Formats: sequence, C-alpha cells, structure tokens
Amino acid sequence: MEVSNFNKAVSNLSVIGSSFCGRLFLVRHLALGGSQVIVRMAAGSVWRSLVSQVMGGANRRPAVSSFSRGIQTVTLIPGDGIGPEISAAVVKIFDAAKAPVQWEERNVTAIKGPGGKWMIPGDAKESMDRSKIGLKGPLKTPIAAGHPSMNLLLRKTFDLYANVRPCISIEGYRTPYTDVDLVTIRENTEGEYSGIEHVIVDGVVQSIKLITEDASRRIAEYAFEYARNNQRSSVTAVHKANIMRMSDGLFLRKCREVAENFKDVKFTEMYLDTVCLNMVQDPTQFDVLVMPNLYGDILSDLCAGLIGGLGVTPSGNIGANGVAIFESVHGTAPDIAGLDLANPTALLLSGVMMLRHMGLHQHAAKIQTACFDTIREKKVLTKDLGGNSKCSEFTTEICRRVQDLD
Amino acid sequence: MAAHSSVLSVSRIINRLWGRHLGNTVKVFGTTLTSHRNKTLHVPLPAKYGGRHTVTLIPGDGIGPELLTHVREVFRFSCVPVDFEVVHVNSALEAEDDIDNAITAIRRNGVALKGNIETKHTMPPSVKSRNNLLRTSLDLYANVMHCQSLPGVQTRHRNIDIMIIRENTEGEYSNLEHESVSGVVESLKIITRSNSLRIAEYAFQLAREKGRRKVTAVHKANIMKLGDGLFLQCCREVASGYPDITFDSMIVDNTTMQLVSKPQQFDVMVMPNLYGNIVSNVCAGLVGGPGLVPGANYGRDYAVFETATRNTGKSVAGKNVANPTAMLLASCMMLDHLKLYNYANLIRNAVLTTMNETRLHTADLGGQGTTSEVVQSIMRIIQSKGQLTADM
Repeated sequence: MEVSNFNKAVSNLSVIGSSFCGRLFLVRHLALGGSQVIVRMAAGSVWRSLVSQVMGGANRRPAVSSFSRGIQTVTLIPGDGIGPEISAAVVKIFDAAKAPVQWEERNVTAIKGPGGKWMIPGDAKESMDRSKIGLKGPLKTPIAAGHPSMNLLLRKTFDLYANVRPCISIEGYRTPYTDVDLVTIRENTEGEYSGIEHVIVDGVVQSIKLITEDASRRIAEYAFEYARNNQRSSVTAVHKANIMRMSDGLFLRKCREVAENFKDVKFTEMYLDTVCLNMVQDPTQFDVLVMPNLYGDILSDLCAGLIGGLGVTPSGNIGANGVAIFESVHGTAPDIAGLDLANPTALLLSGVMMLRHMGLHQHAAKIQTACFDTIREKKVLTKDLGGNSKCSEFTTEICRRVQDLD
Repeated sequence: MAAHSSVLSVSRIINRLWGRHLGNTVKVFGTTLTSHRNKTLHVPLPAKYGGRHTVTLIPGDGIGPELLTHVREVFRFSCVPVDFEVVHVNSALEAEDDIDNAITAIRRNGVALKGNIETKHTMPPSVKSRNNLLRTSLDLYANVMHCQSLPGVQTRHRNIDIMIIRENTEGEYSNLEHESVSGVVESLKIITRSNSLRIAEYAFQLAREKGRRKVTAVHKANIMKLGDGLFLQCCREVASGYPDITFDSMIVDNTTMQLVSKPQQFDVMVMPNLYGNIVSNVCAGLVGGPGLVPGANYGRDYAVFETATRNTGKSVAGKNVANPTAMLLASCMMLDHLKLYNYANLIRNAVLTTMNETRLHTADLGGQGTTSEVVQSIMRIIQSKGQLTADM
C-alpha cells in the first residue's frame, strides 16, 4: 500500500537522520483526502535503543514513533456499550497524570472493501499505522451480521500475533488467591483458531489445528524478549506434546531453539494439565507462560479469574510491524451502558501497560499506584468491585490521587 | 452366530433348571456367549471363576507400580476375592506389542486397574501415547471423575461436588497429524454425532441415577462453530429427553474463570476431550490435588480404573511420599463395578477415615506421613471393623 511504503521510507529517513546523534525535525504531509501535517521529532540514538529494548522483539527496525520529550499519538478506539464512558475516564486520568499522550479517536465498524472482503475503515487503519499504538475498549460482535468479529478483523489487519496478559493480584480486591504475579503470552494467529472446519460426511466434523514453524518461533522470541526486558526470571512453554506429537512437538522444538539464544532466562516446559493442576493450587510458581492459541485462551482466562475476573485484567496485543494494541477484554455490558456504573480498571490498567510499552515508566507507575490505592482504600469503588460509587466518582478519586502523587 | 444362539438358549435352560447346583460354571458359560449376542442390552459381567474375579493390572511408570503394590496389599489383607493379572508395558519401546498384550488381557478380563504409562516425547511422533491407544482400542468412551471437597483437606474453596464426564476417544486426541508442507503441521480434531450423542446420553443417565439436578455442557462453539457446535447440538437433543434435569452450556474459558471463583455453581459437566482434560485438572487442583481424586474410564464392554489426573509422578517415584488415596479410591470404584459393594465400602471408609479423622496426610497435602504409614493406618482401621482379615 502506498501509505505504508511511504511510512517505511520516512522511518528509514529518520533512522539515517537520528544517527547524527542530534535532533532532526521531520515534517510529513499525508495526502489522504486532505492534508495533515504532523511534526515529529526523531529521538536521539540512545533513547531509541532503550525504547526498542522495551518494545521487545516485535520490531526489528529501531522504533521511530517513541520519544522522550515529545507527545506520542495514540489511536483510541472507544468501542461499544460501556466503551465510550470508560475511555473518557481513562483519558481524564491520563490528563491528570500529565502523560504526554495525544489521543486520536477512531471508530471501527466492519465495512466491505473492494473485492467483497471485510475490512476496518480506512481512517482507523491509517491512524493506527501512523501511531503504532492503540488503546481499545470492548467491541460488540453482532450475531448474523455476515462479517467476522471485529477483534478478529483487527487481528488480521495488523497481524497481532502475541496476546500478553499480565496477571497481578490486586491488593484490596480479595480473591482466594493472593500473590499471583504471572504473565501469559499467547500465540494469537493460528493454532486451533484457524477457523478451518469441514463436514466430512453427515455427522462427522473435522477442525484443523495449524501450527507453523514461523509463528511458533516468533511467539517464542517475543516471550523471551519480554521476559528479558521486564526482568522476569523464567519462561515456561505449555503444551500437550504427549498427545499432539507433531503439532505441539513442533511448537516445543521452536521454543527450545529460541531458549538457546536467551541463556539468562530459565526455560522449562510443562504439560497443560499439570499447569492447570498446579495453577489452582499454587500460582506463585509460575512466571511467564508461552503457549499456542487455544491453551492460551483458556489459561489466560483462568489466570484472570485468579485475580478477580475480566473487569480488572489488562491485555495487550503485539503486531508484526511494531503495532501494539492494548485493550480491555471484558464485554460491552449493554445493560449498564450510559448509566455511569462501569468499572474502568481493566482499560486503565491496559493503558498503564501501554505507557510501559512506550517507555513512560514514571507515568505508568503513578497511575497504577493511584488506581491500586483507590481500590485498596475501599471508600470509592464501583459496584462490581463491591462498592456503590459511580464510574465518574471512581475516576475523580483516581485523578485526585494521581495529582497528589506529583 | 447361529451356533452361539442355540448354545445360549441351551445354557439358559440349564441355568434355570440346575443353576443352583451347577453354580458358577453355568454363569461363566452363559455370560461369555451373552456378550456376543446381546451387545446393546446388557453389560457383560467381568471374568469370574470360582467366586473370584480376575482383573488386569498395568503398573505403568513413575508412582504407578508402588501405588498398585499398596492396593494389592490392602486387597490381600481385606481378603477381597480379586486376583490380579499383571501386564507390564514398557514405555521405552517403539513396538506396540506390550500395549497390545495389555489390551488383550483387558478384553479377556473386562476390568483393569492401571497406572499411567509415560509418553516420552523424545521418541518419534509415530510412537503414539500408550494410554490413548488403550482408551481408543477398547472404546472407553466415558471418563468419569467425581470431585468432592473432603473435610480433612484444607483448600481455598469449600463445598465442591462436581461430576465431570469427558468424552474419551475422539476430539483433539484423534492422533491424526500430518506435515503437509515443511514447517506447517496440521492436527485434526474430529467430532462425530454418534460419539457426542453417546457421551451426552451417558452424562444424563448418570445424572439421573445419582439424583443430580443440572448438567452443564462445556464447549467453544463461538470459535469452532462446526465442531463444538455439533457437540452442543447433540447435548441439547439429549437434554430434551430428560426434562427433570436442567441443562445449560458454558464456554470453556468462562468455565475455568468461574471454577476458580465460584466452583459451587457446577453440578455435572459434560465436554469433549481436551476441555475435559483442562477442567478435570482444574477441579482436581481445587479439591486438593492429584493424589485425591479417582477416575474411571467406561466403555460399553470394558472398564478401566486409574487416578483422575493420570500423572506419572516421576518426581516423587520411589520415595515413599506419594499419596495412595486416589489409587485406593479408584480400586474401590472398581470393586463397585464388580458388585463387591461390601468390600468397596469397607476400604473406602477406611481411606476416608484416615484422611478426615486421623488426618494422616502425605506431603502433597502438607502432612508428614509416608505412603506406607498411610496404608498401615488404613489396614488397621479395616481390621478394627471386625471383618475377616489376613496377617498384616
């Protein structure tokens, strides 16, 4: 596509430019139904290498789009149902924290492109390609609308191959499990969710689970780099290679190969059933878990259940071209939409994850501390956390704490 | 077949007239022939001769051999009329002769008690899992596991009482894999209407027999629309024939989330193979671990009993620290299947008393006891009941 080639050319230019160990001002015109001028400041090479470390192995090219003193553009997709109100809450909290983030709001609805293929709207795609970072609220999947789910479309459009879900126990929101601190990294493109199914004869259905070398290597590399960049001590590959000898065997072999290049991170492998068994008895023994699609889906939801459910779990999707979309994984909750009752914690924590990804660790820590303190105090809590305050009151409380922390 | 049927009718006549005098000879003779003819109507009784049953025993790897030795000890001590035919299966060999022998032995005896056979995944992919081979060859289509909170075991959740019925032969465990292009592997998951109907029927029958109120089908039909969609549809069809039992369905990731927060909401659960693996391990973990829960694999003609979570337990093998509860309770389930209810209750009560009242726990439950101490305690309790026992 024209725009992406242009982007590549620009980024190459900025690489050359920033190698001059100084600042370079780059002005670009984007001619897409009007001209937008975006002033970008290419970062110094030192900061660039730091950021590329933090962003993990997703992008081989040095990161263009992150800077220290500049304002980072982020594509915000509010979503449906309670999406708009929780997005507004997150924007407000980020403002209070004075995070250097400029939001570009976009809507994603499936539209039929040329050739009959379903795609996301052009302006959303263009915005995401440019900013490389997105924050997404819950999207509703209409039944019998004729098009695949929006989440699936986004995944295919940006090749979001890794789903990362850090599960950390929240002090103040009591569950039977305390001290949970693990990260599930799930391969998001293939595996059991390839969608390839056939009816062989009447009454016999076959679903195909696809495992490829490239995808397995890619996810393993991401997992190890994540572990290294986030000071995690071990990576565990979860598999069922005793039954699915060839497919999970291939996944496991790739993980082992990649582990050879990351000697500083401990690598173990464990059967899926053993992981499930041990997870509900003692979740503290796990650190980073990497696995194919289906196991990842189930295990990441299991871990979310350990810390309190989808309403407080952040999630990030990493794509192939340096794109990263952070999202809340709960539903749209149409029954409480517009009533100011929603809990913005999941989207907020995903935003915090996003800040860390962008290298803005201080702002991330501030917002996270404010959020956890608010929940721990138990004075202003939304209904699902056990209180009876409104979403706006909860948001205001967090904003107040963030400003106090300054 | 005609010869069989004529002999059968003769044996029936003999049984009626002289059954009391000829005793077990006629029972055995009649039984063997009945199994060939009335396949759909009646479950054949396992091998019984001279009042004693013969059961195939497959020690397996890891903790299997030592736990099964303890089971034999307890049986011998309690004078249970069961003889074991031991068949060893070497998991290091590529040839399938061992497992074929085991399967033939189980066909002969009808009932088996087994430890888990390790699957070394360093061997080439053509070497299939021995346990899986056993299950599919004998068509043991239902894996039944009953998870109950035990009063003597400390867990995070209380009052759990879930029966899990898992389809045991098809689904993701079909062992059909191929590498069409180098670096791309396809694994087939097969769901058939007949197997799904069969397992759903089994689940509802069992729920009705045990007086259960609700059956939940666990699936992922929102993603695997055809495969799990078929499974769900079959469950719904069967549910319509059981109006006294509530039926609902839940997606597997939501199920695991609910299990770790509110497991008390579940009653009976039915699901395809892989989800069954995950859910049964989660539930076993919730009630106290792999050392506590027994499991049974039922087919139309055969039954094989083992621990529910099918662990080899290599890390604790040979150290006298493994928990014998699961294997002993599995052997009690086997005795129930053989209709030796008195012996079953005797041993089960002794095991549960040791667990709940004496509180003699092994290391996996946080206690200090060794396996032999626990088994000795169980045998002492059996002796104290006043039944006929052998020497300790």
